[in-house]
Amino acid sequence: MMATGLRYLPDVVTLQLDPAKCNGCKLCVEVCPHAVFAVESKVARIVDRDACMECGACARNCEPGALTVDSGVGCASAIIYGALTKSEPICGCDNTNSDCCG
Amino acid sequence: MMSISDDSKLPLAVDECCQPATTTVCCGGGGALAVHPQNRTWVCGNQSTSAGSVPKIATQLTWQDRIEHWKVRWNSGRMRYAIAPGLYAVGNPTSESPVFVSANFKMSFDRLREALDGLDGWILVLDTKGINVWCAAGKGTFGTEEIVKRIAATRLPEIISHRKLILPQLGAPGVAAHEVKRLSGFTVRYGPIRAGDIQAFLKDTLKATPEMRQVHFPLRDRLVLVPVEIVQWGTWGLLIVAVLGLLSGFGAGIYSVERALFHSVRAATPILGGILAGAILIPWLLPWLPGRAFASKGGWAGAIWLVLLGLIVLLNPHLMPGWADSTAWLLLIPAIASFVGMNFTGASTYTSLSGVRKEMRVAVPIQVGAMITGLGFWIAGRFA
Repeated sequence: MMATGLRYLPDVVTLQLDPAKCNGCKLCVEVCPHAVFAVESKVARIVDRDACMECGACARNCEPGALTVDSGVGCASAIIYGALTKSEPICGCDNTNSDCCG
Repeated sequence: MMSISDDSKLPLAVDECCQPATTTVCCGGGGALAVHPQNRTWVCGNQSTSAGSVPKIATQLTWQDRIEHWKVRWNSGRMRYAIAPGLYAVGNPTSESPVFVSANFKMSFDRLREALDGLDGWILVLDTKGINVWCAAGKGTFGTEEIVKRIAATRLPEIISHRKLILPQLGAPGVAAHEVKRLSGFTVRYGPIRAGDIQAFLKDTLKATPEMRQVHFPLRDRLVLVPVEIVQWGTWGLLIVAVLGLLSGFGAGIYSVERALFHSVRAATPILGGILAGAILIPWLLPWLPGRAFASKGGWAGAIWLVLLGLIVLLNPHLMPGWADSTAWLLLIPAIASFVGMNFTGASTYTSLSGVRKEMRVAVPIQVGAMITGLGFWIAGRFA
C-alpha cells in the first residue's frame, strides 16, 4: 500500500486484462510499481485496479497480449503542453525536476 | 568519451580525457547537450576486455558528484548532466560478471555505481538524452531499440559469456523483455526499483521482494523536489510580478517608478505567495491535504497560506489591505496554488494520465476563472 492518503482518483484507469490470453508468466507482477496484479493458479488477476498509474510496463512486457492500457504520463504540464502544440502529451523533463514523471 | 561506443568512432584504446562529445536533446528546447564534463573524476582506470578497453569507474561518490546533485536539485545545469553512453566496468569484472543497464543521466548512473560498491560487474549506459530511467522509459528512449543497438555498439557479446541483462524495474515501461530476447538473444531480468536494493537482489538469486518492487512517495522523496518547484514556478512568478509592476508605473501623464515598485510589492503577496504555498506545502503535506485530485490539494495549500496571512494581518492591523486587494488575494492565492498542485502530478509517483485528464477537466476552468477575476480585483485595487 502507498503511504497513508496517497491514492489517486478511483475508477479512471484504462487497464484491461483478458485472462484467457494470460500465460501466467508473472512479468506483470514483476514490473508493476504499484502491486496492481497477483498471479494465482497460473492466471493473472487485477487486485488493486485504482493503484494503476498507466505507466504501461505490464502491457509492454505481456508477450501474449493479455494486458492493454492507454498508457502515458500522468503529468498536467505534459497534457497542457500537448494541448498547446496539438501533440501527444509527452513529458518534457527538460525544465522540470529530475523526478519528473516519477 | 567512451572507448567503446558507436558514437565515438574512435580507436578502442583511446585515452579517457578526450574531447567532450555533443548530442542533441530531443525533448523541449532542443539545445545542445554536452556530454558530461571534461574531467571525469569518477573514471578511475581502464578495464581491458576482449573487445578493447573499457573505462573503470569509482563506486564512491566524491564531493564534486554531490555538488552536482545539489545543483541539479536546484534546476541548475540539468542538461549538462549527461554522460557518454556505452560500457563501463565496476571492480574487476570478468566475462561471467553481471551487466546492469542504466540511463545516461548522471544522477541515475551515480545511484547505480554507488550501489555496486564492492561488486564486480558491467554497466551498460543507454543514450536516454540525459533523462532519468523512469522518465526515459515513458518516452521510449530507455527502450528495446536502444538496448539492442547499445549491445551491438559496445560489442557486449564478445566481452561477456552469459546472455543476461539486469534492468532497473522502472525501465520496464519502455522495454519489452521478450522483444529484447528475440532481437539480441539477451534475457532481461528486472531488478529492484531502488539501486540500494541491488545487493540484496543479487544475493537472493535475482529475486526482488514485493517491497522492492513498489514505488512509494515518502516525505524525503517529496521534499527534495521543493527547490526545483520553487525555482521553476518562482521564475514565472517574478516575471508576472515584474510585468504587473511595470504596467502599474503608467499613470496620469507621467511614469512613476515609485508607483511601479509599490505595485510590484502589492502583486508579490498573492502571486508569489500562491506559488510558494504550492511549491512548499504541496510536496510537504501531500498525504494530508484534502482530496485526491492534486488541484484540490493545491487549493487547500493556498487556503493554509491565506489563513497564515490572515493571522499576520490580525496581529498587524496596519497591514490590512483594501477590500479589492483582499478579494484578489482570496481568489488568486488558492487558484495559483491549485495550478501549481495540479502540475505536481508530473513529479508524483502514482498519478495516471486518465486521472490527470479527469481532474483537469474540472479544475482548469475554475482556476482560470478565479485567476482572471482575481486579477480584475487586483487592478481595481490599483485605483481604490
